[in-house]
Amino acid sequence: MTKADIVQQVYEKLGTSKKESGQVVESVFSIVKETLENGENVKVSGFGNFIVRNKNSRKGRNPQTGEKIEISARRVLTFKPSQVLKRNMNTST
Amino acid sequence: MNKSELIEAVTNKSSYLNRRETKIIVDLIFNSMAAALAEGSKIEIRGFGSFKVKPRSARIGRNPKTGDKVEVPAKNIPFFKVGKDLKMLVDH
Repeated sequence: MTKADIVQQVYEKLGTSKKESGQVVESVFSIVKETLENGENVKVSGFGNFIVRNKNSRKGRNPQTGEKIEISARRVLTFKPSQVLKRNMNTST
Repeated sequence: MNKSELIEAVTNKSSYLNRRETKIIVDLIFNSMAAALAEGSKIEIRGFGSFKVKPRSARIGRNPKTGDKVEVPAKNIPFFKVGKDLKMLVDH
């Protein structure tokens, strides 16, 4: 499934033009992106939560050379699936 | 930000959709993604990330309270891989 498939479904359901359907879908994802970019979590009930986590710097090693390196502090994005999603993925099969 | 705030933001950005219509769209987007994952399909959203289904095999677990062995059945779990763009934007 790609964005185009989602746009198609919106188009079929709403009967607006393809172009407009595309714009709304685009806008939904870009708002989610902007929010995460600002460091704010996005919670979608029934689907899951997108969580921005701060990681401290730590020492690591290059597994190939054994060389010690410093892994810098960073901010990462994780996804925590909702109970509902997990349940749905394991009942129909 | 939760789903209703997301719906609000999408409505404000659009010039022709009302709140009721945006709610239908936002629900449709996430429901169709959930349905695709339930089918075992992969989802790829350019510029955002991709969702994959990973199988977990059955295993013997233990009830941590009593120590009893319990059979944990095989299951599928959703897995999200952050897209390169978004990964960089979140870290900046």
